[in-house]
Amino acid sequence: MLLELERIFKDYQQDKMVVPVLKDVSLSVEKGEYLAIMGPSGSGKTTLMNIIGFLDTPTSGIYRLDDQNVHGKNDRDLSRIRNASIGFVFQSFNLLPRQSALDNVALPLLYAGVKRKERKARAADALKKVGLEDRMSFKPTQLSGGQKQRVAIARAMVTNPKILLADEPTGALDTVSGKQIMELFQQVNENGMTVIMITHDAEIAAHAKRIAYMRDGILSETPPWQTEEPEEIFVDVDLVAKTANADKFMKNSSAERNGSENPAEEEGLS
Amino acid sequence: MLENIGLSFQGIWAHKMRSFLTMLGIIIGIASIIAIVSTISGTNEQIKQNLIGAGNNAVNVVLFEEDWEYDMQYNSLPKGIPVLNEENMSAIENLEGVESAAFYRRRNTDNSVFRASASLSGGYIYGIDNRYFTINGFQLAAGRFFVEEDLKNYKKVALLEEGTAEMLFAGENPIGKTIEIQREPFIVIGTVRKSSEFEPIINSREDYYTYNMYQSSTAVFIPHTDWPILYQYDEPQSVLVKAASTDEMTDAGKNVADYLNLSVSNETVKYKSSSLLEQAEQLQKVSASTNTMLIWIASISLLVGGIGVMNIMLVSVTERTREIGLKKALGARKTRILSQFLTEAAVLTSLGGILGVAAGIALAEIVSRIAQIPVAINVPAAIVAVVFSMLIGLIFGILPSVKASNLNPIEALRHE
Repeated sequence: MLLELERIFKDYQQDKMVVPVLKDVSLSVEKGEYLAIMGPSGSGKTTLMNIIGFLDTPTSGIYRLDDQNVHGKNDRDLSRIRNASIGFVFQSFNLLPRQSALDNVALPLLYAGVKRKERKARAADALKKVGLEDRMSFKPTQLSGGQKQRVAIARAMVTNPKILLADEPTGALDTVSGKQIMELFQQVNENGMTVIMITHDAEIAAHAKRIAYMRDGILSETPPWQTEEPEEIFVDVDLVAKTANADKFMKNSSAERNGSENPAEEEGLS
Repeated sequence: MLENIGLSFQGIWAHKMRSFLTMLGIIIGIASIIAIVSTISGTNEQIKQNLIGAGNNAVNVVLFEEDWEYDMQYNSLPKGIPVLNEENMSAIENLEGVESAAFYRRRNTDNSVFRASASLSGGYIYGIDNRYFTINGFQLAAGRFFVEEDLKNYKKVALLEEGTAEMLFAGENPIGKTIEIQREPFIVIGTVRKSSEFEPIINSREDYYTYNMYQSSTAVFIPHTDWPILYQYDEPQSVLVKAASTDEMTDAGKNVADYLNLSVSNETVKYKSSSLLEQAEQLQKVSASTNTMLIWIASISLLVGGIGVMNIMLVSVTERTREIGLKKALGARKTRILSQFLTEAAVLTSLGGILGVAAGIALAEIVSRIAQIPVAINVPAAIVAVVFSMLIGLIFGILPSVKASNLNPIEALRHE
C-alpha cells in the first residue's frame, strides 16, 4: 500500500470553539491509482489534501506513506518528505512571476540539493513531457492559463514524486484547457504515477478511475445520492423567516389601508 | 547562496523605486560619514604636510627644562651641557634614522636688529652654517650663502629672510648694506626664501600661528662662529636633524636626544626632540575628536535607514506570503527561507552602502571646491562603510526573515 490513512480526525480551534473538520477518515491508495476526492466547499477536502501533502498534521489518527509512519516529524523532515514524495498542483498555478518556466520547474530540485547543471537538464526534460519545450524561457505572464498549469505539473513531476496531488487543477481554466490538463493527468497516470485530485466538479472527477466523496468531514466511496439517507434539502432558514415576515407585513399594511380590523377576514374575502 | 544573491538583485530591480527609497537612509548615512572622513583625512594630510614639509623631515632637538624649552635669553647659561663639535656631528650622523644634521643657536631678536631708523620686531637671530639652509629647505633669493672664510675669520656677515629684508629695507636692494645686531655692524650678503614645497598651506590665522612657530619668516642668519661676539659665550647648540624618512622622524629625534643627553650632567635641563610629527599627531587628534561627533550624528541616520529597511522587508514578507507558502510546499526548509530574506536585506543595504560611498566622495569633492577644505578619499573607510551597511541589512533583516520562515504553509498558500 502506498498511502494509508487510518481514522484521521482533524479539529480546528476557532476562537474558543473546537470545530471538527475531518471526522474519522480512512483511506487507502495503491501505487498507480488515479483517485478523485469530490465534495462541496467546506466539506473538509482541502484539509484532507493538506494532511496527505504533509502541509498539516492530523489531530489524531495514523498516516502512513510507503509503510512509513509520518507521525511526529519536525519541520525539517516534513520539508524533505514534501520535496521528495509529493508533487503539488494548485488551482491558481502558484508560479514565481519573475522567473522563467524552466527556473520555476527547477525550483524543487534546488531544495533537493541537485547540482545546477542537472537541475536545468531535468527541468527541461519535464517541460518537454508536458509539451512546452518551446516555452522554456517564457515568464509566467507570457503564458496562457493552460500553459501555466502545464508548467506547474512539470514542476510537480520533476522530482519524480510518489504522489501527484492536485487541488482543483482546472478550477481557473476554460473548458478546452481544462480538458487538455485532464488528458495530461490521464497520460501521467498511465505512465505509472499515482494521482490524487481534489475537485468539486463531478465532470472533472469522472476522469479518475476511482472517486471518493467528502461530505461534512466524512469520506465515503459510495455517492451520497445512492445512500439510503434522504438527500438533505437545501433550506435557508433566514430567508424563509424573512419572506414569511414580509408576507405578513404586506398583508397587515394592506389591511390597514382598507380599514379592516381583521386581516384574516380580508384574506377570506379576496 | 549565489542563487539567493542573484534573486535579490532581480527583486531589487523589479521594484526600482521602492528599493531606492528604502536604500536612501543608508545612502545618506554612509555618504555623510564618507564625506566627513574624507575631510578629516584631508585636513590631517594637510596638517602633516604643513608641519613636516613635503619631504624635508626635519626634527629640532633642543634643550628643555622640564616641559618648557630652555630660553637662553632670559636665563643664565645652563650648567653641565657641553658645546657640540664636529666629532659629535659625525656621531649624530651615524645614528639610526638620521640622514644629516646641523647645529644652530637661536635667540629672539628682542629689538636688537636695526637698519637706519627701521628695526625688527619679533623674529629670531640664528647662528648657523650652510647645512642649516639645506636641511630646512632654504633657497638663495639674492647674493650668496656663507663661505668657509666667513666662519673661519669671524666675518660679520648676515643673510636675511626675504620678508625680513623687506621690513628693514622696504624695497631697496639689501646686498652689501649694513645692519646693526646687538650694536655690532653686519654686512648683508644675501637673502633666502623657503622653497615653495616647504611652505605650509595657510588657511586661517590659527594655521599661521601653528605653522610659523618653528619656521618664522622673520629671521636673520649669521655664522655660528660670530655668536660670542654678540652674546659673550659659546652657548650649547640645538640640533636640526633630517630624518631618513617621514616615518623615522620621531625615532631619529629621540636617538639624537638620547645621544646628546649622555654627555649632559645637568639634572633638570635635557635635550628633547620636538618632533613636528608628534605635533602633527596632536593637532590631528584635536581635529578628529570634533569630527567624531559628526560621525555619531551621521550614524543615527544609518539607524533610521536600518529601521526603514526592516519596515520594507516586513511589507515584502506580507506581499510574498503566497510565494513563501509555495516554496515551503515544494520542500524549502525554514533556514532557506530565512537566508533568502536575510540575503535580500543585506544585498539591499550593501548596494545602498556602495551608492552612499559614491555619493560621499562626490559630496566631499563639492565641499572641497566650495569651502576650500582639502579632502583625501580614505579607502579603508569606504570598505568599512560598505561592510557596515551590509551588517545593518543583516541585523535589521532578522525580524522580517524570521517572520517569513515561520509562516504556516497552509495559511501562506491561502493568502490573497
